[in-house]
Amino acid sequence: MAPGHPSETSGKTELDRQFTELYRDHLRDVYSYSYYRVGNHHDAEDLTEQTFLQAYRHLERALRESEGRPLRPWLIRIAHNLAANLYRDRSRKPTSALEDTTVLAAPHTTEDLAAGREELRHILEAVDQLPGDRREALIMRFALGMDNREIARALGRTDGAANVLIHRAIKQLEERVGERRGTVA
Amino acid sequence: MSAGSPDFEALLRQALRPLEPPAELAARLETTLSELTELAQDELDAWELGAMRDPRNWVRPVAAAVIGGTAGSALLALRIRRTHRRRHAASSDLLDLAGRTLSDAAGEARRIFERRG
Repeated sequence: MAPGHPSETSGKTELDRQFTELYRDHLRDVYSYSYYRVGNHHDAEDLTEQTFLQAYRHLERALRESEGRPLRPWLIRIAHNLAANLYRDRSRKPTSALEDTTVLAAPHTTEDLAAGREELRHILEAVDQLPGDRREALIMRFALGMDNREIARALGRTDGAANVLIHRAIKQLEERVGERRGTVA
Repeated sequence: MSAGSPDFEALLRQALRPLEPPAELAARLETTLSELTELAQDELDAWELGAMRDPRNWVRPVAAAVIGGTAGSALLALRIRRTHRRRHAASSDLLDLAGRTLSDAAGEARRIFERRG
């Protein structure tokens, strides 16, 4: 088919539309995931940017292989792989995966802060101490609102395995926070 | 399946609240896409026609054309969105806003295609 052929042009137009839609719909998801994963705004911004550039390069193939399923898990998987590369390249994990609490508190309302800032901070610290796959599953579930099937696709697991992972992650986290409450009391 | 108490899950939801990306990030991303378009165009511009006689050289310019085409339209949509607030502030009513949007879209498309020569 010659370049500029009508059906080729409309294919590109459709691809462009889908990329723009993907970007608009999931910029916040990718940024939130990146922030909770790497723990600081600077790296989260870089990771978000790189994720969309990768997505842009491979969108056509992803659309072909997704067979109409949502692309969010694919996008988050790109961010997940890039974050893993970031740690590998730096040959270290950040000393604290989450920036100081002043920055973390920024997205919360004044009401939240008054009611339970300390408690939220303890929960975030406990999330940070979970094994990587459990921490990621919780970020996807609670920060991004992904369901089990989406989380399974993002982590490359079966639906059942993702279900068990989330269940165990919440249980472990609740126990840790409970222990801390007991210690403090 | 729920593992924790409803109260605990509510706290977890509050702690892991979605974060709004900074406005500068969106602007930077859109600029990067724009630069990507220009890179693809440069690749095509720099290509000697003579080299095209050898089929082994066809892959790169074709890839550049695909990247350039995709980024151009995506960029157009993003730019129009970015200028929407400015138009909205300057418009006297909805009809005026629609007219300004169409005019801006045509202008952006013309600029992108002119750059591609």
